Amino acid sequence: MRIKSLLVTLAALGCLTTASAQVKTSEVLNHYGDLVYANYSDALSGAQALQKAVNDFVAAPSDAGLQAARKAWLDAREWYGQTEAFRFYGGPIDGKNGPEGQINAWPMDEAYVDSVDGKAGAGIINNRKLGISKKSLAALNEKDGEENIATGWHAIEFLLWGQDLDANGPGKRAYTDFVDGQAPNADRRRQYLKVVTDLLVDDIGSVTKAWAPKARNYRANFVRNQANLTKMISAIGILTRGELAGERIEVALDSQSQEDEHSCFADNTHRDVVANAVGIRNVWRGEYKRADGSTLTGPSLRDLVNAKDAAVASKVDGQMDATVKAAEAVPAPFDQAILKGNANRPKVEAVVSALKTQATGLVEAAGVLGIKRLNTALPE
Amino acid sequence: MIRPSHKAQLLALLATLLISTGGATLASLAQSTSAAFDPAEALPGGDTTIPDDGVNAFSMPAANLSVDRQTPFFIGNSFFKKNWVESPASTTGRDGLGPHFITRSCAGCHALDGRGAPPKTRNGQSIEQPVGLLLRLSIPGDGGKDGIVAEPTYGGQLDNFAVTGVRPEAKVSIRYKEVRGRFADGTPYSLRAPTYRITQPAYGPLHPQVQVSPRVGPQVIGLGLLEAIREEDILANATRQEAEAQGISGRPNRVWDTPSQQWMLGRFGWKANVATIAHQTAAAFNGDIGITSSLFHNEECMPSQADCIARQRQEAEWRAKSKAREASPHDIDDRTLANVVFYTRTLAVPARRNPQDATVLRGKGLFNDAGCASCHTPKYVTGDLAGLPELSKQTIFPYTDLLLHDMGEGLADGRPDFQADGREWRTPPLWGLGLVPTVNSHSFFLHDGRARNLMEAVLWHGGEAEASKQKVLKFDKAERAALIKFLESL
Repeated sequence: MRIKSLLVTLAALGCLTTASAQVKTSEVLNHYGDLVYANYSDALSGAQALQKAVNDFVAAPSDAGLQAARKAWLDAREWYGQTEAFRFYGGPIDGKNGPEGQINAWPMDEAYVDSVDGKAGAGIINNRKLGISKKSLAALNEKDGEENIATGWHAIEFLLWGQDLDANGPGKRAYTDFVDGQAPNADRRRQYLKVVTDLLVDDIGSVTKAWAPKARNYRANFVRNQANLTKMISAIGILTRGELAGERIEVALDSQSQEDEHSCFADNTHRDVVANAVGIRNVWRGEYKRADGSTLTGPSLRDLVNAKDAAVASKVDGQMDATVKAAEAVPAPFDQAILKGNANRPKVEAVVSALKTQATGLVEAAGVLGIKRLNTALPE
Repeated sequence: MIRPSHKAQLLALLATLLISTGGATLASLAQSTSAAFDPAEALPGGDTTIPDDGVNAFSMPAANLSVDRQTPFFIGNSFFKKNWVESPASTTGRDGLGPHFITRSCAGCHALDGRGAPPKTRNGQSIEQPVGLLLRLSIPGDGGKDGIVAEPTYGGQLDNFAVTGVRPEAKVSIRYKEVRGRFADGTPYSLRAPTYRITQPAYGPLHPQVQVSPRVGPQVIGLGLLEAIREEDILANATRQEAEAQGISGRPNRVWDTPSQQWMLGRFGWKANVATIAHQTAAAFNGDIGITSSLFHNEECMPSQADCIARQRQEAEWRAKSKAREASPHDIDDRTLANVVFYTRTLAVPARRNPQDATVLRGKGLFNDAGCASCHTPKYVTGDLAGLPELSKQTIFPYTDLLLHDMGEGLADGRPDFQADGREWRTPPLWGLGLVPTVNSHSFFLHDGRARNLMEAVLWHGGEAEASKQKVLKFDKAERAALIKFLESL
């Protein structure tokens, strides 16, 4: 019974004839598990480095401490951004009860968390009646509306940078916002920053654990089921078209509004785009450059496609490189580059165009693997 | 080969089996026709059908929408999902909420592009304000191009939320009473009959002749395909029903369409009180969220609502001063509105899950036998929809005639809307029905979500559908299960 259903799956994926001579689907899935785990491990290390910088900063706030925390945030985002290629199939990150909304929700209404220009008493921090604990912040996150974001990367970003009111640079919050006597509720701001960072580390830690090797976890089941190849490719398809090209760039190009910018306080959206594009290419090629400089390689989607249609594999490969290159060409700040008349707007449009081409390529590649009707269009 | 003695034994065994499993069951199953499978029905949205059956099953664009053509879908999605905020705000693209409103975004009532639910209850009493359910208000009279005469103090719709400094119009309280009954085989069932009460009215008492119609937001899938059905095919349903002479007499609604400034056939809304998705979208922005557009310029502040009017004036002043608003004098500009309309039109219908299953096909046969398909008309080939070749000439299976029917006293809201009288409702499409629990984690159906599951929804049918319901009441357990399994496969 089990063997029969496996054969049916393999036949559906169109792998029966090529599997023995070339790379096997099971090997591709196993290597995917390794790659996902390595990427989340690096994202976790980055978050832990941020946690250390934040702890140092809140213990004795200083400008140097704030700068160090900001740098740690920016460094960590490079690794987390690549993990978004593992979303969109209800896995550990965004399945039922997955922590994605707690880790990376945006855009946020800053006034939900802290004071903003013109609203001095706003936010959870300035409401001394509200407790600040991992549990209370998790409960307040997205309460009464999806912009009411209390946790995750972007809440931390807002606390470290403050509102971005400068067209040419990021937010300019002073470290004195965290010093008693120099800003109202500085004690609560310090506590908030510490707690929200601790929660981020916990959440990324839980996802990392779900992908750990040799454990009874999500990964163990995932790599066993050959049909999950569809999830692998569908995930990068959706990140390519629906999420990155559509939700994150085309919406921003249309509205020309900072509120549609992913990392608006730190002016780091241009790097978010690159990290997503690299993350997609990682999955396609089964290749991941780790934080320690080493490179993880192994059997990949590309290998599977290549065995059946080398021309399509090579074409999609080129599309992935073109997208990363186009993304790297967009300069900060993204909120200026999206404005009509800005000299950099065509560079942002070029990323969309590259992603659209890539989406078409991925649908074709999926077709080569026998996956019909690959939908790359799910927006959030 | 069976020898005679064995044959006798076998017959005896069969007879025992018939008795022990309930002879009536097996006998009636043998009688009821199992409908044939039409290969096209596996893809109820034709080429637009998407294969997803998970939590995002209502959120995908038409499968045949090219990568390039998806852009307005994504932009529209963003404005459908994200909350509108009070003005003035730094989020200049999405301010203008209220003064009165029911929800902050389209997704507030259509979560995941799906179906709204009535409020939670304890001991038959609602314990929270409804979100995916609104109350329409009117008083008797000729509504002309509005279709209804608005309640003079509160308007055409009760807004149970408001921006800072403005009072919500009122609160809604619902009390449910269990109404018990039995199937012909003795199996008991219970339906919950709601009574709606408007409490804490902020602007004085309601008109003594007020008419109240509760309505939940349905799943938003396949609307462009319904818009693409040719008018003559809808009108032909009425002619066919008359010829069938089974007591079914669907009537078209004729409604005023604001975008095209003409009287048209009504297709959308629980009373077919809206003709086009463009009108529906702009009217919902205006009535439900308090967002003005070039189609509906005014917030619904009634003459006696001084705080609402003052706030509206203040908003206009802010807007006049705001640079960001130079492009459009309204809360939502035409381009953005067009994107949301595009989005709403192209949300795809998911594929049937197990349309060839034997029980599903038996359920389909029973659905036909009971006469359900007369109004829940299964199949159409769409006409041409301007600008949307993807939705044109598609073979679709929405299971609706888009006509009005008298549904009996139990469901009557007593509130006419254009040509629809107080007992009539439009046949709702059934596609996607089985995925509501997956997407929205509930199974509340009918216009106000009173039915707690599909069978309760069937049993609420009365009026023109009374004879069909009586047939269902005579179904035995296996037949009832087959009917539900068929509905869940849609």
